[in-house]
Amino acid sequence: MADGARQRDAAITVESLRVDRGGREILHEVSLAVATGTVTGLLGPSGCGKTTLMRAIVGVQIVAGGAVTVLGRPAGAVELRRRVGYVTQAPSVYADLTVFENLRYFAAIAEVGGRRLGGGRVAETIETVGLNGYEHRLVGSLSGGECSRVSLATALLGEPELLVLDEPTVGLDPVLRAELWASFHELAGLGTTLLVSSHVMDEASECDSLLLMRDGALLEQVTPDGLRRQTGEQDLSRAFLAVIERAEAETGHRAKAEADPGNHPEAVPEVEPKDAPGSGAGR
Amino acid sequence: MNLKTTIATGRRVLWQIRHDRRTIGLLLAVPTGLLILLYFILEGQPRTFQQLGAPLCGLFPFIVMFLVTSIAMLRERTSGTLERLMTMPIAKADVLFGYALAFGLLAALQTAIVCTVGFLALSLEAPHGAWLVALLAIANALLGMALGLFASAFAKTEFQAVQFMPAFVLPQLLLCGLFVDRHEMAGWLHAISWAMPLTYAYEALAKATEPGPLGSAMTWDVIAVIAFTIAALALGALTLRRRTP
Repeated sequence: MADGARQRDAAITVESLRVDRGGREILHEVSLAVATGTVTGLLGPSGCGKTTLMRAIVGVQIVAGGAVTVLGRPAGAVELRRRVGYVTQAPSVYADLTVFENLRYFAAIAEVGGRRLGGGRVAETIETVGLNGYEHRLVGSLSGGECSRVSLATALLGEPELLVLDEPTVGLDPVLRAELWASFHELAGLGTTLLVSSHVMDEASECDSLLLMRDGALLEQVTPDGLRRQTGEQDLSRAFLAVIERAEAETGHRAKAEADPGNHPEAVPEVEPKDAPGSGAGR
Repeated sequence: MNLKTTIATGRRVLWQIRHDRRTIGLLLAVPTGLLILLYFILEGQPRTFQQLGAPLCGLFPFIVMFLVTSIAMLRERTSGTLERLMTMPIAKADVLFGYALAFGLLAALQTAIVCTVGFLALSLEAPHGAWLVALLAIANALLGMALGLFASAFAKTEFQAVQFMPAFVLPQLLLCGLFVDRHEMAGWLHAISWAMPLTYAYEALAKATEPGPLGSAMTWDVIAVIAFTIAALALGALTLRRRTP
C-alpha cells in the first residue's frame, strides 16, 4: 500500500498528536512525516510549540493523545535511545568539566550496546563543531555559542540515525553557521535524518523540507521552493507571513461563522499591519 | 544496569569535584576541624568528648554527603543534563550507583582523615577498632547520599536544597540519642526517633565506640541503615523520570 511505503520511508511519523501542559492544550492534533535522510526545518515563532513537538519525538514529553513513530518504533522506546540524538536549546553539558571530559563521558554512554567508537571519535567530533584547541577548557568558561557547540558535539558522538536539534545555530557567527549547515547536509548525505528547529526564516532555504508551526498547530509541510511557488513570494520570511495570514483568515472566517466576531479578538490576523499595502509597495 | 556506564558516571562526578579544589579542601578539612574544636571546648571532660566525639567521627560523612548530593543532583536536574542522560542508553541505576561510587570514595577519604586525627591525635577510644567506626562512617555517608538524592527531587532551587539540611538532618541529629539519651525523651519523641534513619546509624556507632560486647543489636542497627539506604535509593530512582510534563 502507498501508505505503508510512506511509513517505511519516513524516519518520523506523527499522527494527531496532542500535548497538554498546565491544563492547557499546547499542541493541537499535529500530524506530519519526516523522510529518512533529509534535513527538515521546524520553523515558527518562539513559544509556538517547536520544543514540545521535538520532546514528543524524542520521547521525553508526556502526551495527551495521538501517536509518534520514530525509526519504526514508538517514540521513547528503549532501543531508540542509541539511535536518536537530541540537543536541547539550552546547552545540557557539565559546566564544571572540560570539553574533552564532557565528550569522553557521553561517548562512554553512547558506546553501550557493543558499538565501539574509535579512540579518535571524540577528537573528530570536536573538529566537526570547530572546537579544536578548546579541548581542555572548562565548559563553564566558554561563550554561549561555544557551549551550545559542545552540547551539539555530544549528540553527534554516537552517530545516531536521527538527530533532533533544537535551535542549534542560535548565537553562532555566520561563518560557523554555514559550516554547521554544511555538516548537517553531509550527515544527511550519509543517510542521517535531521530535524532542526529555528525561529529565523533565513535558515529555511537550507532545508529539504519545512514544517511551519504557529500557536501549537502545524500550518504547512512544504519544500522551500514549494513555499515560494505557493505564495508567490521569493523571500521565505514573507512567504511564511503569507501562510500565517491565510491560516488566520480561515480561522477568522470560522470564528465569524460560529459567534459574534467581537468576542474573538484573537481571530483578527495580527500580521496585517506588517503586510499592509504600504510595506509591499516598494518591491 | 551496566558496569561501564556506572564507572564512567562515578568518574565523571569525581572529575567535576576535582576541578573544584576548594570543595575538596572543605570536604576533607571541615569535619576534622570541627572535631578539634569540640576537643578544646570539652577540655577537661574526656568522658563527654568520648561520648560525643567518637560517634561524630562516623556521623560527619552522613551530614556532608546529604548536602553535597542534594545540590549536585539538583544541578543535574536544572542544567538539563539529567534530561539528556534520560534520552541516552544509560540505566537510572547507573546514575545512582555512579554517584554512590564517587561519593563513597570521597567519604572514605574524609573518614580516614577524621578517624586518624580523632583516634590517634585526640586520644578518642575505639575499643572495637577504629576501622569499624570508619566502615560505619562510609555506610552512613551512603545513607546521607541516598537521602540527599531523594530530597533533591523536592527542591526547585539551591536555596531550598540548602535548607533541607536543617529541615531533614538537624531533627534527626537531635533525636538520634547523641545529645540526649532517647530513653529520657518524652514518649512521643522516643517513638518518632525509631522512624529516623540516623537513630540506627548513631546506635551502631555508640556500640562501636563503647567497651563491652557488640552483640547482635549492632548487626540489626547496620541492617536498618542499609535498608533505609536501599529504600531511599529506590525512592530516588522514582524521581528520575524519562518522561516529564
